Parts: sequence; structure tokens; C-alpha cells
Amino acid sequence: MLEVSNIDTFYGKIQALWGVSLKIDEAEIVALVGANGAGKTTLLNTISGLLRPASGSVEFLDKRIDGLKSHAIVELGMSHIPEGRGLFADMSVRENLEMGAYTKRVWKHKQEILDKVYQLFPILKARQGQLARTLSGGEQQMVAIGRGLMSRPRLCIIDEPSSGLAPLMVDEMFSIIQGLRDQGIAIFLIEQNVQQTLEIADRAYVLENGRVTLEGESKKLLEEELIRKAYLGL
Amino acid sequence: MDITTLTSKKSLVWWVIILIIFILLAFVPLYAPGYAAILLISILMYVILTVSWVMFSGSTGYMSLAPAVFFGVGIYASAIIGGKLPFPIVVGIGGLASFCLALLVGALTLRLRGIYFAIFTFGLVMLMAHSLLFWELHVTGTRGRFVIVMGYNTIYYYLLGIFVLLLLTAYLINRSRFGLALQSIGQEEDAAAHTGVNVTMLKVTTFAISAFFMGAAGAVMATKWTYIDPFIAFNPFYSFMPVVMAIFGGMGQLFGPIIGAVILTYLEEFLITKFAELYMLIFGTILVIAILYLPDGLVGLIQKMWNRYSERKHADT
Repeated sequence: MLEVSNIDTFYGKIQALWGVSLKIDEAEIVALVGANGAGKTTLLNTISGLLRPASGSVEFLDKRIDGLKSHAIVELGMSHIPEGRGLFADMSVRENLEMGAYTKRVWKHKQEILDKVYQLFPILKARQGQLARTLSGGEQQMVAIGRGLMSRPRLCIIDEPSSGLAPLMVDEMFSIIQGLRDQGIAIFLIEQNVQQTLEIADRAYVLENGRVTLEGESKKLLEEELIRKAYLGL
Repeated sequence: MDITTLTSKKSLVWWVIILIIFILLAFVPLYAPGYAAILLISILMYVILTVSWVMFSGSTGYMSLAPAVFFGVGIYASAIIGGKLPFPIVVGIGGLASFCLALLVGALTLRLRGIYFAIFTFGLVMLMAHSLLFWELHVTGTRGRFVIVMGYNTIYYYLLGIFVLLLLTAYLINRSRFGLALQSIGQEEDAAAHTGVNVTMLKVTTFAISAFFMGAAGAVMATKWTYIDPFIAFNPFYSFMPVVMAIFGGMGQLFGPIIGAVILTYLEEFLITKFAELYMLIFGTILVIAILYLPDGLVGLIQKMWNRYSERKHADT
């Protein structure tokens, strides 16, 4: 469904990604782990069209998307839930969610999708008239994910969903993400919480200094000596 | 279901009120004394400038100081082609010229954010005035131009027509997904792009639509002044007033800027006639107080008082 082949991305003159390749299939959770500054967010922004790779290609649903603007990529069925949630703080919960259905393809169906999102997060229905800034961290993350789902994505990129959340809330977030996969949405999950991420992901890539240094099934990576030492502190 | 019927009933009441106001406005010049028409012309002019300004800057948060540019382009369009073509076409061309200029300027500069955009748009007012003056002095060999004259009632009805169109446009934008998207650009531009908004396109188009109305108003107003020159047409005052009026009225709702423009224009006229020498001093003091103590404008204040009142009512029962 998503195929990234050999991309190099620069910030000005500084190269941030070096020949990165990865693949995501239908309805699987693929994790991307790596330390701060490894280039995770750069990779996401390259995939979702905010940055352009200097070389290499990105294909989504058999269509080349590197070079497309981000709004065109959303229209194709990819949604990107940015780190730090990026909510519209002074707009209501409902307006935030409706913005997720902005693309022409889904705007007509927004009420129907909204009902589904409210089913998934009943608390958001109770809070629909409140300004997004007044919600708790966990509820804000729900709004961010809900907004990402409003575009009826085939692939959902979720950047650091656990950041700033209480442990109990983190568990809930991860089980919600698994639920999305079970509904047939492919998930590309970027996390610093390596242990839990690898437990729910099907496959994973490890990014270091802008290069993919390890990849494989999550179960196997959890056993890997390097991962255990560098990320799990075991 | 109850809620929807309730809101539709409520909005019906609003529609009726708005309709009555406009019918009254349409008959004012027939019954009111001559001075009223002049005052109403000033009020309508500022209302149009302010509402157009809010249409773009209020929601996106891009502080444009370019109203004087688009207003001035309309004025010059009227001075150049007025009398040669039927007047409605002149007004349309005034608006279109501003629209096209805004498309160009917007495409070039809307990547600038915050203070840079404000400064650039302000610089544009100066640039237009000075380059036009240079052109007039060295190419046409004059400084100013005469504009065809029209009666106050005619001017008034043209402005009223532009205002109705403007309100309809603003209402339709606010209701559509574009209104929501413009607001989201003001909140988090990157997140808006992530949700699929073609941010650049939407900003530039809205900027141009708002410029259209400013230009059309300029084309009409030129006929009231009969003589114009580059510094009359491109007067920075017309850039600042819409901003001040919008802040004074409150930008949360469509009627905030309208109330702000009406009150401040009336105040200005009143102060000029009663306290000609102290007018700027009093006007300035009122503005400073308003900005210090009314963070959400007059409408914000009214809403706050209303909330307090209804809370007390609930507390009593």
C-alpha cells in the first residue's frame, strides 16, 4: 500500500535521511522507532508531502506521491496525525473533527463518519461543544486521532500518540490503535515508547542517524540484542 | 430533533430581523434629511471595508494593512473609466482590478507570516501611492484627476447593494467548509494542511474576494469626492480604520465588525462636528480604552454580560 524507496531528504544543506526504504501493507501496524533526532518526523513529513525528497520515490496505492502537496495526498486516503496533536485550540471539539472531513471526497458524509468517531470515543460526544484547549491531554489525543479518522483513511500515520499521557491513558491509546487495524486501516506508528509499540506492531523499522539500521517482525526485534540494549535498557 | 427545530426557528427570527433592517435601509434616503444620506454613506463605506477585512484577516489571523491599496485601485478605476462605461460595469471593473491585484500580491506574499505580512502590505500602500504619483507627474503630466459626479442617493444605493452582496458572500463562506478551514488556518496552519486544506489556494482566493469588495466600494466612493490624487486614493487611514473598527466591534461574529464600524464612524462624525479641535484626542482615548478593556470587542462584552445575566437567572430558579 505504501512503498518508500531509497529516499534522501535534506533540510537546506543538511541531509536528514539517507537512502531510506520501507513498506506498509494493508491492515498492518508498522512501527518506526528511533532516538530523538534520528529523522523520524522528517521521514513522516516526506511521506505526507510537507517535505520533498531530493531523490528516491514514495508510492501510495500504486501511485507516485512524492512531489504531490499534502492536501492532495490526504485526498488519496492517507491521514497524518502530527506530534503534539496540532489541534485547533480555539475551535470546538466538533469543529476540530469536522475539519478532518474537509476533503471533497468525504465532506458529504461527515455526519455519518462523525457518528462513528463518537461511537469510538463517547467522551468526545459529551464534549463536542467545548473548545479543544479545555480538554485533558488524553481527550485531546482522542480528538487528534478522531480528526485523522474523519477523512476515512486507508493509511493512518500517527506520530507519538503516547507523548504527555498518563500510563493508563497510554494503554488505552494503544488498544484503540489496535482496534483501528482490526477495522482494516493500516497504521504507521512512530513512538519512543519502544516496548509497548513493538508489542502491538506487526513489523518495525529502526531509524538511526537518518538510516534504517534494522527491520523485521516486531516479535523478533523485541528479542534482538541491540534493541534490548539501546532502547529497552535491558 | 428538538434542537434543530429550535435553531431553525431562532434563525428564522434572525432572517426576518435582517430583512426588516434592509428594507428600512432601502427607504432611508426617501424620508431622511440630506445629511443622513451623507452620514450613511460614510457608515456603509466603513462597514464594507471592515467586513471585507474581517473576511480574510479575522479568521486567518493574517493582519493585512492593504485595504487602502484595494480601495485606492477601485477609486482610480472609477477615475479612469468612469463616464466612459455604464456605472455598474465601472464598479465591477474596480472590484475586479483589486481582485486581480490581490491574487498577484497574495500569491507572492502569503507565505510571509505574522508581522512580516503586515509590514509588507503596509509598504504596498506607500509603493502604490508613490509610483502612481510618479506616473501621473511624468507620463500623464497631471497630479490628480476629476471623477464623474453622482447624487448622494445613487451612491448610497450602490454601497447598499455592495454591502448586501458582501454579507451574502461572507455568510456563504462562513457556512461552508471553507469558513471552517479559514479559521483552522488561523489556529494551526500546518495542521490545517495535514487535514487536507489547500492552504495557499484558500488564503489567496479569500484575500482576493475580500479585495473585490474593497475595490468596488472605492469605485463608488470616488464619485463622492469628485477630485482625487494618489495620496487621496491610497491613504493609509483606510488601512487602519477597518482594523480598529473590527477590533472595537469584536471579530467572533459577523455582526461584531458591523457594529464596530457603525459606532466608530458615527462617533467620528459626531466628534468632528462638535469638538473639531479635540476630535482626534477624544477618538484616540476611546480606542485605547476599548483595546485595553474590551479584549473581545463590544460583542464580546455583550456576550459576557448576557452569560452573567442568564447564569443568575438559572441560579434563581
